[in-house]
This record gives sequence, structure tokens and C-alpha cells, in this order.
Amino acid sequence: MLKIENLHVRVDDKAILQGISLKVQPGEVHAIMGPNGSGKSTLAHVLAGRAGYEIASGSVSYLGHNLLEMAPEERAREGIFLAFQYPVEIPGVSNIYLLKAALNALRKHRGENEVDAMDFLMLVKAKIRSLDLDEEFLYRGVNEGFSGGEKKRNEILQMAILEPKLCILDETDSGLDIDALKVVAEGVNSLRAAERSFILVTHYQRLLDYVKPDYVHVLAHGRIVKSGDASLALELESKGYGWIDQNLAAVA
Amino acid sequence: MSNGQHRQYVQQFDSIGPTLAGANLPWLAARRRTALAQFDVSGFPSPRDEEWKYTNVSAIEKKLFRQQATADLPSRIDPGLIDRYRLTDAWALVFVNGVFSPELSDLADLPAGVTATPMSRALAEMPQRVERAFGHACAHEHHGFVAFNTAFFGEGLFLCVPADCVLDRPVQLLQVSTQNDTAANLRNLIVLDAGAQATLIEIFVGQPGNSTLTTSVTEVLVAENASLDCYSLQNEADRGFLFGGLYASVGPSGRFDHTNLSLGGLLVRQEIHADLGEAAQCNLNGLFLGRQRQHVDNHTLIHHRAPRGTSREHYRGILSDRARGVFQGRIVVHPDAQKTDAQMNNRNLLLSDDAEIDTKPQLEIHADDVKCAHGVAIGQLDPQSVFYLESRGVDSESARNMLTFAFANAMVEQIRLPSVKSLAQDELLALLPQAGIRKDWL
Repeated sequence: MLKIENLHVRVDDKAILQGISLKVQPGEVHAIMGPNGSGKSTLAHVLAGRAGYEIASGSVSYLGHNLLEMAPEERAREGIFLAFQYPVEIPGVSNIYLLKAALNALRKHRGENEVDAMDFLMLVKAKIRSLDLDEEFLYRGVNEGFSGGEKKRNEILQMAILEPKLCILDETDSGLDIDALKVVAEGVNSLRAAERSFILVTHYQRLLDYVKPDYVHVLAHGRIVKSGDASLALELESKGYGWIDQNLAAVA
Repeated sequence: MSNGQHRQYVQQFDSIGPTLAGANLPWLAARRRTALAQFDVSGFPSPRDEEWKYTNVSAIEKKLFRQQATADLPSRIDPGLIDRYRLTDAWALVFVNGVFSPELSDLADLPAGVTATPMSRALAEMPQRVERAFGHACAHEHHGFVAFNTAFFGEGLFLCVPADCVLDRPVQLLQVSTQNDTAANLRNLIVLDAGAQATLIEIFVGQPGNSTLTTSVTEVLVAENASLDCYSLQNEADRGFLFGGLYASVGPSGRFDHTNLSLGGLLVRQEIHADLGEAAQCNLNGLFLGRQRQHVDNHTLIHHRAPRGTSREHYRGILSDRARGVFQGRIVVHPDAQKTDAQMNNRNLLLSDDAEIDTKPQLEIHADDVKCAHGVAIGQLDPQSVFYLESRGVDSESARNMLTFAFANAMVEQIRLPSVKSLAQDELLALLPQAGIRKDWL
């Protein structure tokens, strides 16, 4: 589904990603862990198409497309979804408006009719209940005045409505208390499907207690320095990121 | 002092004066004469005046606008304009080129004791009541436009709501400019006795293609514990000029809320001034949009003259192309006005490199136990927000337009009156067609 090969990315002449290679097959859950500044969020943003990054070399193919040549909205319409670490607030456009505009943009791209208003409302209401959100939440401005937990749950709500093929969650667990974390994790788990893949970018292992990854990759200094199964996350948690640096030093 | 057309207006007064409303009333004739003499000396304001620093009205003086004596034929008025702007839930007084149109107006079933009538009729039928209220909230000396309006007004709205009366429907003033080169001069008096509550909507629009001048001066007297919700919406034609002045005097524990939606016209200046008594409240909201070469000026002034008054002011501007916007907001806290709580905020969105905003918030505080704050922001669309929408499948242009709409709509959403809110949204969507915003989804 997604194939990243030897990706080098610079920001303002500073090398951030220095040769990332990663393959994600349909239905897989990959966790990308790493210390602050390792390039985790950059990777997530580059995949979603954010401007301001210079692709120095390497390639990314997604469902046979050259992903790096696609505009952000094309990527979204082709099924890539980025759950933001810091979702922006947009007072003046209601949450439900954005959901409807986004869903219809996707449907139009697929050659489908606009969603029926009643069907849409029923769909949205069912989803917000499962995310433990109040209905009034739909009619507030996008993320306007939401708590940190509400913003993250809102990202999951959007994800649930848009039903993407590749979900990239950027530090979705940061700033969440344990109850909110469980709700978010349940939201993610309920979306797991044979054709849907996930990339979970996270600093801590605790999200992975609730969403079990198939693979864990450790990112340091812009490279994947270690890959393994879910047990790698536990090992990291007990030994800390310093352990990775010591390993690297030993190899060198 | 200008050498423009203003002397020609002065010279015309001898012939026009006798045709104006209340011409037979000595007190009014004297006021008109005094105002005319002042206008003769001052002309229209010039940028040399600090309060007009950013707005040059000399374009208005290049032409002599005619005053109409009789209403335009209803058949010559675009019915779409009336349908769009005349609110169905309001008592409506419709003026066409400054002349009252009984056919287009609806004043049926006004409650007993409430007066809502054209100014000419009020001056004929209840001149003493008009005289008692006239000229208190605003002196004709204020500046050239008010002097001009005082000398030349032909019509207007006289609204009186007796003590403790709560009007259950809004009152609307709708002025429509339909003829090229004409001037409409309206003088309005709004009097709310103690404990009265009312909603007033002033709408100024023009038929496309015409060059017109509208001046409207509204004096508002809100007595003790009375409360007025007021809306001004203007969408003048591309070559329309508008001076709108709204001057409110608010008694103890009274409330004056105003929403200013300034959406069209070539050169528009609106003044919203409020004088607050003890524990009076005032909320001024505004949204102004300028495009092409439009010039839109908002001038607000709040006097806190007595203790414990509260004022809130939020203005937003959106300027594109080569448009120029002005926000001058001044709050004066007088020495006796302890415990004043005043906040003022102006945020502006510039959508092009050639658009310009001049914003000047001023706090003038002469009391020591007060809470006052002001803030100004000028910015462009936030790239992070654009990316957020793009990442949800919204194309780049729509994302920018949606954010522009959102910036404006945040003000519109605060409108309490559903019919005005709906109209404001229609206007906004018409001005931002490329936003692709669907009203039925909002």
C-alpha cells in the first residue's frame, strides 16, 4: 500500500529525515516511536503533503501513485488521513459543516452523489456516541474552544466518517488522560480492517497498550534505527531512548 | 474648506428648503438654517480633520446629487431588491431615493401607544414630540455630513416606544437607491422610554450601476432600563456613497447593542457613537468587507460618563484587491465613570498585497478604578488552517475561501435575530461565491 524508499527531507537547509525506508501492507498497524526531534512528525506531515519541506531524495509510492507529486487534497481524496497533533481551531465553520464538506469532496472524487442529509446526520450521531462526545459538539466551530481531549476525539470522529485507507496519527495520545486515551484507542480499534492501515506516531508506549501494533519502528536522527514487533515498544519503555543511542554508539 | 460642490448645495437651499419635511415649523427652519450656515463654512469633512484622517470624501464633491421630491414608481424598482431586503417579520418603512413609499411599507397592527411613522408625517402630526427629542444625541455641529443632513433631510423614521413596552417585532428602515445621480437624506429619531425594549434594523442598498449619495443620521435616546437591539446593514451599489451616523444616548442601566454589517459601496463612512449613563451597557459588533477599489470606514466612539458602565466592541474587516478599510475606535472613560469595564477588539484579514487597513483603537481613561483593554490584529489566512482543510480533501482555493467565510461568519453567528442572521449569511455568500459554502449545510 505504502512504500517509502530512502527518503531524505530538509527544512530550511537542515536535514530532518536522512534515509527512511518503510513498507506498509493493507491492514497493518505500524508504530513509529522516537525521541523528540527525531523526525517522527515530519514524516507524518510529509506523507500528508504539508508545504515547507524539501524532498532532497527518495520516493514514496502509495497505491501505485507517486505520492510526493500529489496535492494534499488529492492524497486525502485517495484515502490518506492525518490526525493532527495540534488540530487547528476554525471558529465560524461548524464541525458538522466541515465533516459534510470533506465527505462530499471525497464522494465527488469517487464519482458518487452527495450524501443524503438524513443519512449523514444518522451516521454522524452514531459515531459521536461511540466516541463519548456530546451532540452539541457538532454545531460548535471546528475545534473552537475544545479541550485537548475533545480535539483528539474530533480527529478520530473525522477519521471514522471519512473512512480512509491509510490513517496517520501524529502524537494522538499526547496530552490525553487515561479515559480519553481509552476512548481514542477504542475509536482506532473499531476502524481496524483488512484493507485499512495505520501509522501511529508516538513518543510513549502507552497508546500501544490499547492499540496493538504489528510493527514498531524506532526513529532517531532521521533514520529508522530499529524495527521489531510490539515487544520492542515495551523494551523501549523500560530502557528509555538512551538505550537506542548507546546501541548506535556500540555499532559505530 | 473646499471649493467643491458644497456651495451649490447651499445655493439650492432657497429653492429646496420649502419642499422639505416640516418646512412650516419655525424651530426646524431655524435649525436647518444654522446647519446650512455651518455647512457653508465647513463643507464636507477633509482628511485634515483628525477624525477623517484616513478617509478622503472629495470624490463625493465632484458631482451634484439631486434630491427627489416624489417617490420612484414602484414599477421602476427591482422587486428582487425589496424581496431580499424587506424583512417579513418586521414593521417596515421603505424609502426609495429618500422618499417614503407607503405601498412598499408595512405598519399594520402597531401596538397602541407605539409610534413608527415617516418623519414628514411626524413633523406634521406631532411636531412638539419631534422637537423635544431632536438634536440631543447629536449636534449638527458634529461635522459637515451631519450639518448637510440636518439642512437637507427630506424624510426619516420617527419611532417612539412608551415606557415598559416590549415590541415583539422589529422595526425596519429600508432605504433603496434606484436612480442615478440622486441623493437620499434621512433623519431618524428613535426614542425608547424607561423600561421599553425594541429592535431596529436599518438597511441601505442600491440598485447596481447607479452613482448615488445616501446620508442617514439616526439619533437614539434610550431611557433608564430601556434596551435597543440595533442592526445596520449596508450594501450600496458599486458607485454608491454612504454616510451613516448613529448616535445613541443611553440612560442609567439602559442597553444599546449594535451590529454593523458594511458590505458594499464605493465610499462608505459609518459612525456609531454611544454615550453611556450609570451601569449602562453597550455592545458594538461590526463586520466590513471591501473589494476592488472600495473604501469602507468605521468610526466608533463610546463615552463612559458615569460609573459601572460596560462596553464590548468587536469589529472585523476583510479587504481584498485594492480595497481600503478604516477602523477608528475610541473609548473615553470620564472622571466620574469608576468601575467601567470596557473592551475593544479589531481583527482584520488582508487577502491581497494591495489591500490596506488603517486601524486606530484609542482608550482615553480619566478614572482610576476601571477595567479596560483593547487589541488589534492584522493578518492573512493561516497556512496551517489551510493545510488542515486540504488534508480533509478540500481543495486549496475552497479552503482559503472557507476560512475567509469563517472569519466573517464568526461575527454573523452572534446575530440574535434569525431573519437578520439569515440575510447576513445570504449577503456574505453572495460576496464570496467562490467559497462554495452551502447555506443549507451551515
